[in-house]
Amino acid sequence: MHATHRLDAIFAALADPTRRAIIARLASGPASVTQLAEPFAMTQPAISKHLKVLERAGLISRGREAQRRPRRLEAKRLEQADQWLERYRQLWEGNYQRLDVLLDRLKTQEKERKPR
Amino acid sequence: MKHAQLKLTTSGDRELVMSRVFDAPRRLVYEAHTKPELVRQWLLGPPGWSMPVCEMDVRVGGKYRWVWRHDTNKTEMGMGGVYREVTAPERLVSTEKFDEAWYPGEAVNTLVLAETGGRTTLTTTIRYESREAREAVLKSGMEKGVTASYDRLDDVLAAAAQATR
Repeated sequence: MHATHRLDAIFAALADPTRRAIIARLASGPASVTQLAEPFAMTQPAISKHLKVLERAGLISRGREAQRRPRRLEAKRLEQADQWLERYRQLWEGNYQRLDVLLDRLKTQEKERKPR
Repeated sequence: MKHAQLKLTTSGDRELVMSRVFDAPRRLVYEAHTKPELVRQWLLGPPGWSMPVCEMDVRVGGKYRWVWRHDTNKTEMGMGGVYREVTAPERLVSTEKFDEAWYPGEAVNTLVLAETGGRTTLTTTIRYESREAREAVLKSGMEKGVTASYDRLDDVLAAAAQATR
């Protein structure tokens, strides 16, 4: 898959609340489809559909253990999506921290100009 | 000095949204965004860059031009655009395009400032021309290879949650 396509797939997969809940659950360890379906008022086929979307985005994978085939979180993929946002965030954090300092100085200057 | 947290999220197909609180009235935050002599003091990007060109004609239809230069290798990066809406001290809409754009088309930047109790919440929405353009911007983050960790799971989930709203 294309890199651009992959990022899209990750963000699209994470755009659904049920799928985010599944990710959150898998963050604490692998789980079977039955276990994953439990907290939701949903049929197994409905859950399986969500799992397929997550799988296609590479966010989860299936274990090999015979019947149960537990799903597990592919943390690397999640990190990838996060990294994209993170670099951008860092850039702007730097800018805004400098802006904090500047605003402080402007406030002080104003106070000095019109003492009460 | 303790700095407030910057929230960065994606919204819909082609927007990035940043929000941040500043401990200052919005009049000052607005000035810091519209007076060139103030802008060049903070809008510098990663360490090691300065802003030798900062020209801004802040009125509807007026242009701005920004150029950054790396202090040691002298690399330059420029961008500019046109102001579309100017409503002091609360709203500023402008287009933006980098000289050597790594993403297609122009983006539209909307800055909104809201003041409560002497503090200002800044919200910037950058709307890219296409979903591909936004991805290109986000991906440029790969260069530095920032190490992410499990702690950030929440952020990613929060970002995705925002995207659905």
